[in-house]
Amino acid sequence: MSDATLFGLCGAALVGLGLYGLICHPGALRKLLAFNLVGSGVFLLFGAVARRGAASGFGGDPVPQALVITGLVVAFAATALAVALVVRLAQAAGRTDLDPEPPARSEATPERPS
Amino acid sequence: MSLPAPVDLGLAALVLGLAGWVITTSATYRAAEGFVAYGLVLALVWVRLGSVDVALTEAALGSGLTGLLLLRAAARLPADDPAETTRPGPGVRVVAAVLCTAVAGALAAVVLLLPEPAPSLAPAVAANLSATGVGNPVTGVLLAFRAVDTLGESIVLVLALVGLWSLAPDDAWGGRPGFLRGPAAASPLRFLAQVLPPFGILVGIHLLWIGADHPGGKFQGATVLAAMWVLVLVAGLRQPPRVTSRPMRGLAVFGSLVFVGIGTAGAWLAGAFLAYPEGLAKPLILSIETALMLSVAVILGLLLAGPPEPDDAAGVRS
Repeated sequence: MSDATLFGLCGAALVGLGLYGLICHPGALRKLLAFNLVGSGVFLLFGAVARRGAASGFGGDPVPQALVITGLVVAFAATALAVALVVRLAQAAGRTDLDPEPPARSEATPERPS
Repeated sequence: MSLPAPVDLGLAALVLGLAGWVITTSATYRAAEGFVAYGLVLALVWVRLGSVDVALTEAALGSGLTGLLLLRAAARLPADDPAETTRPGPGVRVVAAVLCTAVAGALAAVVLLLPEPAPSLAPAVAANLSATGVGNPVTGVLLAFRAVDTLGESIVLVLALVGLWSLAPDDAWGGRPGFLRGPAAASPLRFLAQVLPPFGILVGIHLLWIGADHPGGKFQGATVLAAMWVLVLVAGLRQPPRVTSRPMRGLAVFGSLVFVGIGTAGAWLAGAFLAYPEGLAKPLILSIETALMLSVAVILGLLLAGPPEPDDAAGVRS
C-alpha cells in the first residue's frame, strides 16, 4: 500500500466522520467544525490523486495541488462568513441550534426525540 | 504489496484520532482546540504527500486562522445554549453512522480502484513551466496555467467580506469590526504583539519572494501578514479600521483590480485574456502576486475581525 493510498483512505474516513458530526450535532458551530472536517477529507483525497500523479521530477501533480490551495482559501472565506452568521444567530435568538420550533428553554432535555 | 512507512501510519492514526475527538467531545470550545491540533498534523500529512505548498497553507490558514476564528466564536456563544447539551436519540445516531460509513466506504473503494497508470498533468506542466519564468510548478499553475481559478478566488474573497459586513445590524454600520475585541490583554501578549510583527512581516515577504521558485507564495505570505495584524488587534495595540474607511476598502480590492487589469491587457498584447506577453511573464506574475498578497492579507484580517459593531460596544478598549 503506497502513502497515497493510505492517506486517500484516511481522507475517505474523514469525510465519513465529518458527515456524522454534521448530522448528529444540533449546534451550528459544531456543524461548521464537522463540515470543515469533510472539506479537509476531500482535500486529502485530492492530495492522494496528486501524489499518484507524481512525474517529471515533481513530488506530485501540481495542478490538483494548486486547486487544493485555492480550495483552502475559499473554505476559510466561507467559514468566516458562516461563523459570523452563527454569532449573529446567537445574538438574535440566544441559541445556535437550527431547530425551527425551539422547545422552551426549561424543557431542553439531553435526549431529544427524533 | 509493501507496507506504508510507520511514520505515515502514525500520522494517519493521529489525524483520525483528532478528527474523532473534534466530533465526539462534548464542549464546543474543546472541539475547536482539537481542530487546531488536527490542522497541524494534517499539514505534516501534506508534507509526506510531497506538497509543501499545501502544507504551508494548511498550517497557516486551515489550522491557524480558522482555529482562531472558531475559538473566538466558541467563546462568544451563550453558555446556556441548549444546542450544547441536546443530542439526537440513539436511533438517529445509528442510522447516521450506517449512512456515513457507507459514504466513507464508497470513497475508499474509489481510492482503491483509481486507474493505473495514474493520469497526470505533471509532464505538461514541466514542459511549459520554462515559458512562465517561475520555477515552482504550483505557482506556475496558480498564476499562469489556471490563473482564471486564482482570479475567481480573489473575487470570492471580496464577496465573502461584503457578505460578512452585510450581517451587521443597522445601527452598527460605520463602526469598527468587533470579533477581536476582548478584555484588556495581558502584558506578555502586548509584548509579543510589539516584538513579533517585524519578523512576521519579513517572513511573509520572504514567502512571497521565494514562492516563485520554491514552496511558498502569496497566499502563505498573506496569511502570515494577516496573522501579524490580527495579533496586534487582539493585543489591543491598534483598533481595526472602520468599515467605511476608503483606503482600507481600496486595498482590499486592489489585488483583484491589478489581476483583472493585467489579464485584460493580455487580451490585446498576447492574444488571450489572462495570457502574458512572451518574456514579460515573470515580472507580470510577480506584480500580480505582490498586489494580491496585500489584498488577501487585508481581507483575511478583516474576515477574522468580523462584522462592524456599534461604537458604544467598544468601551472595553479605549
